[in-house]
Amino acid sequence: MIRYILTRLARAILTILLVMTFAFVVLRLSGDPAQILLGPDAPQDAIDTFRARWGLDDPLWRQYLAYLGQILRGDFGTSMRDGSAAITLVLERVPATLALTVPALILKLGIGIPAGVYAALHRESLADRGVIMASIFGFTIPSFVLGLLLVLVFAITFDLLPAGGQDSWRHAVLPIVTMSIGGIGILARFSRSAMIEVLGQPYIRTAMAKGLPWRDVVWKHALPNAAVPIVTLVGFMVGSLIAGAIVVESIFSWPGVGRLIVVSVANRDLAVVQCLLLVIAATMVIANLLVDFAYGLLDPRLRSGRPAH
Amino acid sequence: MSFVSIRDLRVSFSGVQVLHGIDLEISKGEALGLVGESGCGKSVTWLAALGLLPGKATVSGSVMLEGTELIGTPRRRIEAVRGARIAMIFQDPSSSLNPVQRVGRQICESLALHRGLRGGVARAEAIRLLDLVGIPSAATRMNLYPHEFSGGQCQRIMIAMALAGEPDLLIADEPTTALDATIQAQILDLLGRLRRQTGMAMVFISHDLGAVSAVCDRAAVMYAGRIVEQGEIGPLFRTPRHPYTRGLFDALPDLDADRRRLVPIEGTVPDPKALPGGCAFAPRCTRASALCHSDRPGLKPQAGGGRLACFHPVPLPQRAEVYA
Repeated sequence: MIRYILTRLARAILTILLVMTFAFVVLRLSGDPAQILLGPDAPQDAIDTFRARWGLDDPLWRQYLAYLGQILRGDFGTSMRDGSAAITLVLERVPATLALTVPALILKLGIGIPAGVYAALHRESLADRGVIMASIFGFTIPSFVLGLLLVLVFAITFDLLPAGGQDSWRHAVLPIVTMSIGGIGILARFSRSAMIEVLGQPYIRTAMAKGLPWRDVVWKHALPNAAVPIVTLVGFMVGSLIAGAIVVESIFSWPGVGRLIVVSVANRDLAVVQCLLLVIAATMVIANLLVDFAYGLLDPRLRSGRPAH
Repeated sequence: MSFVSIRDLRVSFSGVQVLHGIDLEISKGEALGLVGESGCGKSVTWLAALGLLPGKATVSGSVMLEGTELIGTPRRRIEAVRGARIAMIFQDPSSSLNPVQRVGRQICESLALHRGLRGGVARAEAIRLLDLVGIPSAATRMNLYPHEFSGGQCQRIMIAMALAGEPDLLIADEPTTALDATIQAQILDLLGRLRRQTGMAMVFISHDLGAVSAVCDRAAVMYAGRIVEQGEIGPLFRTPRHPYTRGLFDALPDLDADRRRLVPIEGTVPDPKALPGGCAFAPRCTRASALCHSDRPGLKPQAGGGRLACFHPVPLPQRAEVYA
């Protein structure tokens, strides 16, 4: 067990390191921050001073080693725009993003899974067909289209909810709905097929042959088995809690992490983008570790290292 | 009165009829074998009787359990029969147990359901049952998961779980098909012993004639969704009358006799969607006449006991031959 945890941990650290390196290299090869931040009309000596100030004239490998050294000391760099600590800028934005993504995640789980399970239990009924249709709609419509559509209907036509900003809970409604529709569709679809797969297994017939009431067959035998594949998808959604709102935050002018990403990338604010990517990668990696851990809890076959059949 | 009496049981899946009117009687304590090739409807008969077929199956006819109709009864009523009066074990024991639940808990679930046993009492009874079916060191192995047992042991656990409800009838649906030959013999032995100890009746579904003769008093041979011959094991096995039954024996190697070429039954089982007009076996039958292709023989009682559905049965051996 300890070896299992250690290898997972090592793999997690390697993943984060790779993301960091990749971000570092790509950012530096894809445009000059001095030029972008100071504008096209900036005098050459201002640009030179800026480049010297941020060490941009050093060879790439030296910049990279310096960056790694900083990270190891717990220093995530400073914003080129306003000189404040990058990590502070990022962490400041996290609560605003979580205020959207956490309720959206709860909606996805609370509606998607029950709808999928219900459809599976009433296969080929009207409700089942309804769930399939709705979920296809949910996960095929892009969030930028859905977001604008909702704004058009609820903000402009009926004037029920604000179209953007962060002043009250009412401002959060449209972004949360926009964000959750796709996830609800995917989860419903996925839970339905996971459940149908499980309901066809011989052990379900055994549970029925035992004389268990149908409700117990579903709750005690089918759902715990269907949970294993569903957890994978939920883990991915948990991993996207920080970074999953880029489009929606832009549509609704919501000052969260997603907006910060867009602005910082556009400005080539290197330290902030790197810090963002580090935080996002870490969230995804931690979510994956949790999923691995949940697998072990849910399926004893995975605990002992044998493949599930 | 018979314990279970099946009358004209018919099943179809999405409009394709697979069971064409089955009549069967099971008395208390007796062991009946149900024999036939895969897909002939042996398992479907009992899955239908217990309401375990998927929703797309249409079931008609009658299954009476001590005078109570099971077909078309509300789910609650049939759930009360399952496990308590009639228990069932299946072909693939490893996947018939819930992979994410400890086996002890799965047995205790039945004990709670049918006998109201809980906690330590249920545990003790589960250990006793596991002991009874031959799982060594049951007290500790209760806490293991199904994947930690072999196929044969999983079948023993399935049997223990079936016994938990103290059923009057155990349906064993090809319980040894997925197991090694030596394990098969052990499981057959176990089933025979349990039947003697508990006095429960048993329906043994198998395509293995040897296994059926070892366990059962009586057997019914099925072909393409119908019973074609039934009778006491002795006469049925000594002098099979239906050409299909006879064919099943000819296809078996005989260890005692001189080495001979096995005689296969030519052809394949007909597609349920396109059954022949007369006797379903006629296209493969060496004794078939024009009548067999146009009319279907009914299942008729025979002089020496037993029932037979054939216009041209294999003749009984002459007296002289029997004593030769």
